[in-house]
Amino acid sequence: MAAVKQTIDQVEQLEAYEHGFVTDIAQDFAPKGLSEDIVRFISAKKQEPDWMLQWRLEAYARWLAMDAPDWAKVSFPKIDFQDLYYYAAPSQKAGPMSLDEVDPELLKTYAKLGIPLREQEVLAGVQGAPRYAVDAVFDSVSVVTTFKNELAEVGVIFCSFSEAVREHPDLIKRYLGTVVPTTDNYYACLNSAVFSDGSFVYVPPGVRCPMELSTYFRINAQNTGQFERTLIIADKGAYVSYLEGCTAPQRDENQLHAAVVELVVLDDAEIKYSTVQNWYPGDAEGKGGIYNFVTKRADCRGDRSKVSWTQVETGSAVTWKYPSCILRGDDSVGEFYSIAITNGHQQADTGTKMIHLGKNTRSRIISKGISAGKSSNTYRGLVSAHAKATGTRNFTQCDSLLIGKASGAHTVPYIEARNASSKFEHEATTTRLSDDQLFYVMQRGLSQEEAVQLLVNGFVREVLQELPMEFAVEAQKLVAISLEGSVG
Amino acid sequence: MLSVSNLHVAVGGTEILKGLSLEIPAGEVHAVMGPNGAGKSTLSYTLAGRQGYEVTSGSASLNGEDLLAMAANERAAKGLFLSFQYPLEIPGVPSLTFIRTALNAQRKARGEDEIGAPAFLKLAREQAAKLKIEFDMLKRPLNVGFSGGEKKRMEIFQMAMLSPQFLILDETDSGLDIDALRIVSEGVNALRSPERGMLVITHYQRLLDYIKPDRVHVLAGGKIVASGGPELALELEDTGYDRFAQAAA
Repeated sequence: MAAVKQTIDQVEQLEAYEHGFVTDIAQDFAPKGLSEDIVRFISAKKQEPDWMLQWRLEAYARWLAMDAPDWAKVSFPKIDFQDLYYYAAPSQKAGPMSLDEVDPELLKTYAKLGIPLREQEVLAGVQGAPRYAVDAVFDSVSVVTTFKNELAEVGVIFCSFSEAVREHPDLIKRYLGTVVPTTDNYYACLNSAVFSDGSFVYVPPGVRCPMELSTYFRINAQNTGQFERTLIIADKGAYVSYLEGCTAPQRDENQLHAAVVELVVLDDAEIKYSTVQNWYPGDAEGKGGIYNFVTKRADCRGDRSKVSWTQVETGSAVTWKYPSCILRGDDSVGEFYSIAITNGHQQADTGTKMIHLGKNTRSRIISKGISAGKSSNTYRGLVSAHAKATGTRNFTQCDSLLIGKASGAHTVPYIEARNASSKFEHEATTTRLSDDQLFYVMQRGLSQEEAVQLLVNGFVREVLQELPMEFAVEAQKLVAISLEGSVG
Repeated sequence: MLSVSNLHVAVGGTEILKGLSLEIPAGEVHAVMGPNGAGKSTLSYTLAGRQGYEVTSGSASLNGEDLLAMAANERAAKGLFLSFQYPLEIPGVPSLTFIRTALNAQRKARGEDEIGAPAFLKLAREQAAKLKIEFDMLKRPLNVGFSGGEKKRMEIFQMAMLSPQFLILDETDSGLDIDALRIVSEGVNALRSPERGMLVITHYQRLLDYIKPDRVHVLAGGKIVASGGPELALELEDTGYDRFAQAAA
């Protein structure tokens, strides 16, 4: 009886994925499958210069010789890369355009998702809309980027990656692939060959970016992979806070999202990068959902530079993702704050790498994993200090919360210290949401759902506090929705 | 106020309460005393609506409303408060946030307006002072790292803030030193009123020196086997529970 109730609750909960709709819109596709011709097709569609095409082709040749990684604690059927579309875009003219030229169906989609695309409305404070700039990526292309002109006034470049390749080739040539090399790993290499769109940000020396920047990724087309490519450069003394959000329709087939994000941080600069990932997680039987195979890495090249990754991961059928920091500059700082929630049949293998190369570099890792239903949630993290990286510090705290009896939590820390002056601390806890706690909270007047929300919010509070305020509230709601019906 | 009639309760298939009856009118404080394993905690958990405590027959009502038909949170909204023998830790949730969330959930369930922050804080400061609770402590996650005495004081603080109709104190004296016992008891006595009822569950007579009951009941073998005035508690202190345990068996 309890099992039946739990199943019903879970079905209801999975149907509660509110971003599961499909936008009915005319789209251009590349022919199905992957070949050198497809790579050329994508490059041509994006009107790329020859050097960019050559870069892609070289990556493609290298990818053919690579094997998919098998060390993560996730299992899924082998992906047939010839059965995917690698390019899908709303039929419209290429290049940037004004909002009036954008297909109304697309605008409706973003309105439905609550993404503010109309600067005027944002400026006019319509519905108290938060004031942040948005780059909206729909399948393989960026549809629109807001506040570009206002940002340009202070020298900040914020545009789609495709546009950056055309408009700012020097910056792209100088930094692309310098943090995540083409052959870094299987999925990063595939991305390098067929990447579609993403955002490009350049903040010039000494500039504090005047508003939050954000990119909103939407997968819409069927059987289509999304290969996001994002590059953010904070020049000396610059600061920028950037947020990405992700959703996809509810479909029976698995869809692939293989992204690469590179952050370059020079002397005294700081990048704060936040992710709220809510890709479709699959249905109650584990059918469908996004494969989220992502390589994110920051290179703290400059002295006293700082990177802070904050992620709230609630979606995707399978997540394979380790936002990392290379702490190259002396006194540089890396932070990783993560909430990973799995429910139903979701699998997540996520964590970070803090690679200490410079002297007196510091890092901090706070990871909160919540597993419910029949899901599996693994934290995998590396902290390493080079022989010359003296005086380095790391603090790691990994907490896992189990809800129900069929979920799993795993913690796999790797720690390598090659010098005697490094200080690494690691704390880990695993707890179960107990009936005692639930009863205690309910006795004070909260319903069971409210009690679970309160306890879970308490568990993740440390990390939620790291999100920009506009998004923290949204993330809190998302945490609640992801766990609805998880206590049967 | 509280009316329990012929209550039978099983836990995991084993019958613990075997026909318990109890009447506590508004304005009165009744003590239920009994040996270990008599069913004292089962009584408090059953009245508060904990899952896994299966009522096989009998009834329990508060102000004429059937308690057994309500979920734990609905009973709380009707004014039933249980002070736990072992209060739970709630990591990451500051005590004040917890209490305010609870209070507003109850008010909402009763169709009342939410309490505003200024009024809530004023009330919290007053009550905390009475219980000698440092206000800074209320900003810390509820009960996390608190001593046994601090946790019990926090239970009474919650009780004062939520202002319930009917109070159940489950072994509130356990783990308290004399000073803490006095502070906690003063807190409880301050809540005595002609509108409120109280059920004090305890193993020892000691607590009843501070919280004077109107009636004392002896619980043994799953039933009330004797009832009397405050003198019954003193008598128990001398003679022990043995004769009642035998009577129940």
